[in-house]
Amino acid sequence: MKHEITLHVNGDEYPIAVDPWRTLNEVLREDLNLTGTKFGCGSGDCGACTVLVEGRSVNSCLTLAVEMDGREITTVEGLAPSGERLHPIQEAFVERGAIQCGFCTPGMELSALHLLEKNPKPTEAEIRSAISGNLCRCTGYNKIVEAVADAAGRMKPKK
Amino acid sequence: MEDRYSIIGKDVPRNDAVAKATGAAAYTDDMKLPGMLHGKLLRSPLPHARIRRIDTSRAERLPGVKCVITGEDTPKVKYGNWRLFPTTQDEYPLAVDKVRFIGDEVAAVAAVDVDTALEALELIRVEYEELPAVFDVDAALAKTAPALHEASPTNISIDRKISYGDVERGFSASDYVREDTFTVHAVSPGYMEPCSSLALCDLDGRITLWTSTQTPYIVQCLLASTLGMRENDIRVIKPFVGGGFGGKMELRPWEFCAAFMARRTGRPVKFTLTRQEELCYGRRRHPMKLWSKVGFKKDGTLVAKDLKILLDGGAYNAMGPTATFLCGNFGAMLYRYPNYRFLGEHVYTNKAPASAMRGFGAPQSLFAAETQMNMAAEELGIDPIELRIKNAMVTGDEIPGVATISSCGFIESLQEAAKMSGWKRKRKNFKAGRGIGVGCYSFISGGVFNWFNTQYPFSAAEVRAFADGTVHLLTMASDIGQGSDTVLKQILAEELGLGMEDIRITSADTAMTPQADLGTWGSRVTLMGGGAVQNAARKIKEELFGTVSARFDLNVIFEMECRNGRVYAKGKPERGMTFGEAVALAQKARRGEPLVARGYYTPRDKGLVTPAFSFGAQVAEVEVDRETGIVSVKKMWTAHDCGTVINPMAVEGQLEGSIHMGLGYALSEELQVENGRTMNNTFLDYKMFTAEDMPPGESVCIETYEPEGPMGAKEAGEGLASPTAPAVAEAVYHATGYRCKDLPITPEKILKGMKK
Repeated sequence: MKHEITLHVNGDEYPIAVDPWRTLNEVLREDLNLTGTKFGCGSGDCGACTVLVEGRSVNSCLTLAVEMDGREITTVEGLAPSGERLHPIQEAFVERGAIQCGFCTPGMELSALHLLEKNPKPTEAEIRSAISGNLCRCTGYNKIVEAVADAAGRMKPKK
Repeated sequence: MEDRYSIIGKDVPRNDAVAKATGAAAYTDDMKLPGMLHGKLLRSPLPHARIRRIDTSRAERLPGVKCVITGEDTPKVKYGNWRLFPTTQDEYPLAVDKVRFIGDEVAAVAAVDVDTALEALELIRVEYEELPAVFDVDAALAKTAPALHEASPTNISIDRKISYGDVERGFSASDYVREDTFTVHAVSPGYMEPCSSLALCDLDGRITLWTSTQTPYIVQCLLASTLGMRENDIRVIKPFVGGGFGGKMELRPWEFCAAFMARRTGRPVKFTLTRQEELCYGRRRHPMKLWSKVGFKKDGTLVAKDLKILLDGGAYNAMGPTATFLCGNFGAMLYRYPNYRFLGEHVYTNKAPASAMRGFGAPQSLFAAETQMNMAAEELGIDPIELRIKNAMVTGDEIPGVATISSCGFIESLQEAAKMSGWKRKRKNFKAGRGIGVGCYSFISGGVFNWFNTQYPFSAAEVRAFADGTVHLLTMASDIGQGSDTVLKQILAEELGLGMEDIRITSADTAMTPQADLGTWGSRVTLMGGGAVQNAARKIKEELFGTVSARFDLNVIFEMECRNGRVYAKGKPERGMTFGEAVALAQKARRGEPLVARGYYTPRDKGLVTPAFSFGAQVAEVEVDRETGIVSVKKMWTAHDCGTVINPMAVEGQLEGSIHMGLGYALSEELQVENGRTMNNTFLDYKMFTAEDMPPGESVCIETYEPEGPMGAKEAGEGLASPTAPAVAEAVYHATGYRCKDLPITPEKILKGMKK
């Protein structure tokens, strides 16, 4: 039996009916066409599917959609909502060469956001720890770490 | 340098970075078409068996299933990348009569959704007659071993030989000779994007295939032959690709099945692999057994080398024949071997096929060669870096009948790596548990040997110039994450004096981009694709120079230039006009016909291997916990010669990614295969380095000028997959006395080795 739930994604409301076994990743990608969130392994090991739920990073491939009823979800599409300017994290990723194939990028950016929201001035070790659940096969991580540190400087401190 | 180039040598961000940063970049699995069906593959549960009978009737009756196929439904045409030698083409898209590894594709289902397709797979009944199987090269070569393929009764599918000088006489003339056997293991390319393919059949029966591939043209050709269609009735489009590293450079069964089933059902069909399928059944780097004998004079001068390599190829050739050839070539690289002999044999075993993976035979061959060099240095009492410098190749060296080294910064790389790392001091003064080691590499900038038997140039590019000052670059070169679209745009922008924003690029669409390009592998794109772009740009310039020259009635001796958006006489810059005005004028002179040029590159008279070699040296410093045997890599220093650096940020990214993969190869990654079954099928059990595991590094580019490459550029970043394992192995030896001759280096092996 399908469950009627309402997902709040990037500030938009999506009332939908979902089977209880479907993951948040499937619903985002297939039902809501938010394909910026990737699917890399399905077992929570690679982090390509990372999204934020109430500001906390989670693997959307391990999260059931029905549990997300009424929760605030942020995906990569919600990072720069205006569509005109990039989020400082995205800017830093672009300019610092932190992106190669790009498949890990959305998840990396959201893990970075989770970190920087709670720790605006992280050390290199804290950055490495925060993205250690996100695998990247192209960059060797250095430019990603530099980009996150750079983004921390670009993000204005919250009031 | 600053004056010479406007945009070459600059940290230009990738042209697709914003699309990737915002999640807008669409990879194949992100695509959806109306009425699209989802495909799944039924794979063999047995390593070697005859197929007696397949019953698909129950699967076909399941509601939602639209198509079920087995090998019997297909045209049964074998394929393989070595089209030049059809006997090497040993693979069917779906098994015919026999399966040869656990995971061999037996049947395919297309259904309205993935769950239905998976349920249908369970309803297919296959009766197998199990056959004896072999799981390593020794078993496969035994007299009583079962043959995997009728055409290869010995299980040796192909052998390659290289020989020059007189090896036996060389050993007789040597003061010091040593023989060693090395083994290396299987690792996964581990690209983040699982393979995915989406096929659409047009109303007129033609196929369009979007697929995660490094080689759209190869897929187009082999798909045509396996479907019994004409090449140009197939259009292959490469969308954004999430990495390949060699693992996506062949036709694959799901590409065939998507196309075949789209034709059969009239509906689009998409296949996307799971990570478990990728790790268990996907292409991997060849395990090898390497026997190497090497002879030196007392003073360290190399005299001779004899190398025999057995490649554990798995069930099919895949790119094994090329790896067989190349590991022999790399065995002779880096140093001057006056006498050299190589025999490589590619052996079938009942395992998932090995194929190309970053380095293409070099990481295995150079692990053996560089480790042996370090062992020889110790016994000869010569510093390992000094021994290398003594024998190092230099610009102008030749491998008889095989290759010419047209640019080489190897000695400078060794010196720089030694300097940066504080080599001399650390080699002498380290306390037990700390160690430092060196490893080196050389690599190709694309292959010369035309195994695919292409009838087109190796690379081609088309440039269309417009009166509004923009140009359109069309190329079949495939950006799979390495950044080739950006680099090709930089080369074009430099040649035409334009900005990156003035160039539109369309790449890797076989119906739109110029025939042909063999794709992304063997580090061929910058040199070959870049050469084609440069060639096309120069044809455009020729026309513009004539036009502007005529307009200003210039003396024919004037040199002309395209720079900063203008076309002008070099000595009299005021005699010129904007690029757009020059194009408009040229177009007028052509009575409206637009200005279009096609450029190409094919290596000719460049030996058998590659038009250009890169070189480099790497030093690793480690600390080994003598209680647990756990290796902690403290720092990596790399000096590499990649010719002219077109985009330093991209080159650094390649280098850092190589170290990540090289450390995994040395220390943590290994596909554990037991009786033909790959046991570690998740990223939890297949251990790639995380951000926390990566050591810091320092690097320097030794700039040389490669005459064959665009602006002097050559390979960067693939060769660097090789030096890390031997460098770390030597550092571990320096720290503990344990000498690794069988990768990977594990705590168990270290502890056992230390007790001796």
